[in-house]
Amino acid sequence: MSLRKFITNKTTAALAVLLTVFANTSAFAQEAAAGAAAAPKVDMGEVYKSVIFYTLIFLAVCVFIAIIGKSIKVYELSREAQGKPIGINWNGVHASLFALFLVLGLYGVYWEYTVHGSMLLPDAASEHGKKIDEMFNLTLIITTIVFIATHILLFGFAYIYKYSAKRKAYYYPHNNTIEKIWTIVPALVLTVLVLMGFLTWRSIFFKVEDPNNKPLQIEVTSEQFKWSIRYPGADGIVGKKNYKLTTASNTLGIDFKDLNSRDDEMADEMVIPVGKPIKLILNSKDVIHSFYMPHFRVQLNTVPGMQTIFEFTPTKTTRQMQEETNDPNFKFLFFCAKICGSGHWNMQKDVRVVSEAEYKTWIAEQKTYLNDDLRKQFNLPVAPAPAKPAAEGDSLATDSAAVKGNQMALNK
Amino acid sequence: MSTIALHDEHNHDHADHGHHKETLISKYIFSMDHKMIAKQFLITGIIMAVIAMGLSILFRIQLAWPDQNFPFLETFLGKWAEGGRIKPDFYLALVTIHGTIMVFFVLTAGLSGTFSNLLIPLQIGARDMASPFLNMLSYWFFFMACVIMMSSFFIQTGPASGGWTVYPPLSVVAKAMPGSGMGMTLWLISMVLFVASSLMGGINYVSTILNMRTKGMDLWKMPLPIWAFFLTAILGILSFPVLVAGVVLMVFDRSFGTSFYLSDIVMGTDILPNEGGSPILWQHLFWFLGHPEVYIVIMPALGISSEVISVNSRKPIFGYHAMVYSLIGITVLSFIVWGHHMFVTGMNPLLGGVFMITTLIIAVPSAVKTFNYLATLWRGNIRFTPAMLFAIGLVSFFISGGLTGIFLGNASLDINLHDTYFVVAHFHLVMGSAAIFGMLAGVYHWFPRMFGKMMNAKLGYLHFWLTFIAAYLVFFPLHFLGLDGVPRRYYAFTEFEFMKKWLTVNVFVTWAAILAALAQVAFLFNFFYSIFKGKKAPQNPWEANTLEWTAPVEHIHGNWPGEIPTVYRWPYDYSKPGHDVDFIPQTVPFSQTMSSNLPHDFEGNAEAEKIQQDWELANPVKENN
Repeated sequence: MSLRKFITNKTTAALAVLLTVFANTSAFAQEAAAGAAAAPKVDMGEVYKSVIFYTLIFLAVCVFIAIIGKSIKVYELSREAQGKPIGINWNGVHASLFALFLVLGLYGVYWEYTVHGSMLLPDAASEHGKKIDEMFNLTLIITTIVFIATHILLFGFAYIYKYSAKRKAYYYPHNNTIEKIWTIVPALVLTVLVLMGFLTWRSIFFKVEDPNNKPLQIEVTSEQFKWSIRYPGADGIVGKKNYKLTTASNTLGIDFKDLNSRDDEMADEMVIPVGKPIKLILNSKDVIHSFYMPHFRVQLNTVPGMQTIFEFTPTKTTRQMQEETNDPNFKFLFFCAKICGSGHWNMQKDVRVVSEAEYKTWIAEQKTYLNDDLRKQFNLPVAPAPAKPAAEGDSLATDSAAVKGNQMALNK
Repeated sequence: MSTIALHDEHNHDHADHGHHKETLISKYIFSMDHKMIAKQFLITGIIMAVIAMGLSILFRIQLAWPDQNFPFLETFLGKWAEGGRIKPDFYLALVTIHGTIMVFFVLTAGLSGTFSNLLIPLQIGARDMASPFLNMLSYWFFFMACVIMMSSFFIQTGPASGGWTVYPPLSVVAKAMPGSGMGMTLWLISMVLFVASSLMGGINYVSTILNMRTKGMDLWKMPLPIWAFFLTAILGILSFPVLVAGVVLMVFDRSFGTSFYLSDIVMGTDILPNEGGSPILWQHLFWFLGHPEVYIVIMPALGISSEVISVNSRKPIFGYHAMVYSLIGITVLSFIVWGHHMFVTGMNPLLGGVFMITTLIIAVPSAVKTFNYLATLWRGNIRFTPAMLFAIGLVSFFISGGLTGIFLGNASLDINLHDTYFVVAHFHLVMGSAAIFGMLAGVYHWFPRMFGKMMNAKLGYLHFWLTFIAAYLVFFPLHFLGLDGVPRRYYAFTEFEFMKKWLTVNVFVTWAAILAALAQVAFLFNFFYSIFKGKKAPQNPWEANTLEWTAPVEHIHGNWPGEIPTVYRWPYDYSKPGHDVDFIPQTVPFSQTMSSNLPHDFEGNAEAEKIQQDWELANPVKENN
């Protein structure tokens, strides 16, 4: 009987639990301390990776939770036995936890916005990217307001209107006016967002070409797990491809019967002049990939059997970005964003944005896709290639001469 | 009306002398009783959820510690984790199967299958489903689908690994990755069986709801879960066949040399003969199901939470009609928004603009639902049962995840967010976490109805708080990875300079995910322990109004002994002023609640209004109470 009394006494029970827990932890702590003192250089790496270690920790936690559960039960039973009101007001506990969650959560959101929010991509480095960033900021402001307001209401109501036996809930099945308001207001806000988004979208994909500032064509072809970049050469047009022509030496299947392709140049990185519109012609050899160039807010899938086209204008050179971001190693890059196989996670190429002049010197150094092997394959005369190093200025003229020569060769 | 009455009689007869001997097999395995089938769906769903969660922990470990070896991985996975490190191919298989199981087997079959089966007959007052046999087949097709999907872990080339959307040509060309061999074939077979199961279920749900409601249960007196299940089933019936069509074409492409999805493909220097197809076609077919699918996942969860929130706030759900109309709105709109998954696939940009408009419109009914939940909580008398906690959690996730949908639905913003971690964070909140919370709310709420026992509330509290906090810790930071341009389905972040700063975040997220997974142990223990050793459930543990709580706790074939109860009122008469207790079940006629009747209750029935007026004159109300 005395034992029973002892157990039902809630203070004793609680104390006993606390004592056990405390004794255990301090015993463990002592042991650990002793262990640390005796062998300071034990390599725990293997222990931290072993399953048993974590299983034991987990079981210990389970036992601990079970002890707490039992002690709560003992406490509540003892209250009941003494004829007192219920021991723990769980509704109150949860209401307070929701309030606490709201406060901590809001702080967490603030922390995320400021700490992780400052680790994001720098401002867009392209013209349309600025519009996207503006849209993003507007959407972020609106959604953040709604997010915080609704959560304050949700957890606030949970806190304020927790159960009380004295109160009866307010019977309030509907109110058409309120419902109309909160249908129409979101609809209006969304209309604004839709309109802005729609116009931005149109300005990105439906561009009117300026005849005085024709875009530079660059073709990018993806395959598992690499990118090939093709510059159009002096004629400014990337030539035709035909996948059936693919061979080990002509990996892209370029059709050199198309005159436009004869001067096409290959490049290891994408170098583009600042301020000039770039027209990306995207295509894939094998599976779908996605051409993703986040600094410029450019993404489009590359699809086998079809061309996809994205036009953008870079506004900052790599050097400018290095200064802006205070990172001398900063570089633009593009990579794959659509699952494409085991090498998906490392399929990247560098992008360098340079001044117009730097671009011209660089492009002059690039080799053409057409080489002697391919000339033989396509029955073209193996070029003496006399006039290749022609000055940038009149490369077009020399090129057309070369083309004429080739044409004659073809006609023969 | 007469047909319903006839039907009742028929079922009644069946219940009376239909007590044929039940064997172990006919009761527990090939059962045709909707309550048993619901339990089968639930337990299979839980097992699949645990498996899929385990897979997610495996790839989270890889993401957090990409350059460390974990010998136990090799013990479990053998050659797929040689040296204790998961291989890139297997990593992709893990994310693929995780997604497939979670979306289809857990959140579609486990959620709809369980609660539609359990609640439709019980809440509308029917003895069983319209076709119990079809119902049984539905479960067994689902079961076979699960077995076949899991069997792909035991073949040489491993499971399908092209992502849960299995875009061709990656998934069609066997040379593209090991998972596109036998594993993909099994994936397709499993999916066909799954869709068959889901169609049999859906047809059953719709016909049961339309034909077998008890006397007085007109459509506008149905509880909101039933509305949600009804519209979900319609959505499934109309969209799942399109997936099958797509799957069949894919089987043709893979096995019979057709070119529906293939054209101009060169693997290395190997030129494939296929010509004239388009990989984009698959994406249209897939997302024509795929987008309604996310509403198939979330609508039952919303229906369940409507019921749970109303019961535990002791208040009628605010705007019952608006809740139904917003569900209908979501149902209709969900068919014309699939293109927002394809803004950057090279689909005609004109379509991108159109799909953006329809997509952002769907935010309106979703917003209405959220505000109505908040209004229901307002001035309620909230009991925080475990089910209620999960329902509140659902509302929170639905808001958080829904708002990021406004970014992704905007085609211009999607350019830079497409296929990044922002998308991962978005749908894991709004469709993953929210729907799972709806499912858990349902389990805690209807466990007494399913098993006749109560679950331990305190373990439920622990389960909720750990899961709720851990889910936010996992998914909130992931948004920022996406905003920094980190693509999803990357095996490791080690090869990109700008991604290295997120490695510590990955470690944090992985620990949070492990915490969330361990928290589920509290649920699993509680669930299985309570089935056998739980406290016996009272008749109406939550003091709810709906019909299922009038059926006896001990399950009987046919649900109600004797006549099926008649319904007189809507299901949400909680805390009605003038009534002595704070709930009035649907089976209580207005004649017994004269003191609390409102003019609105009579729906223009002049005679009833007259009776009420007479009564009120005879019993003047004490105004100040």
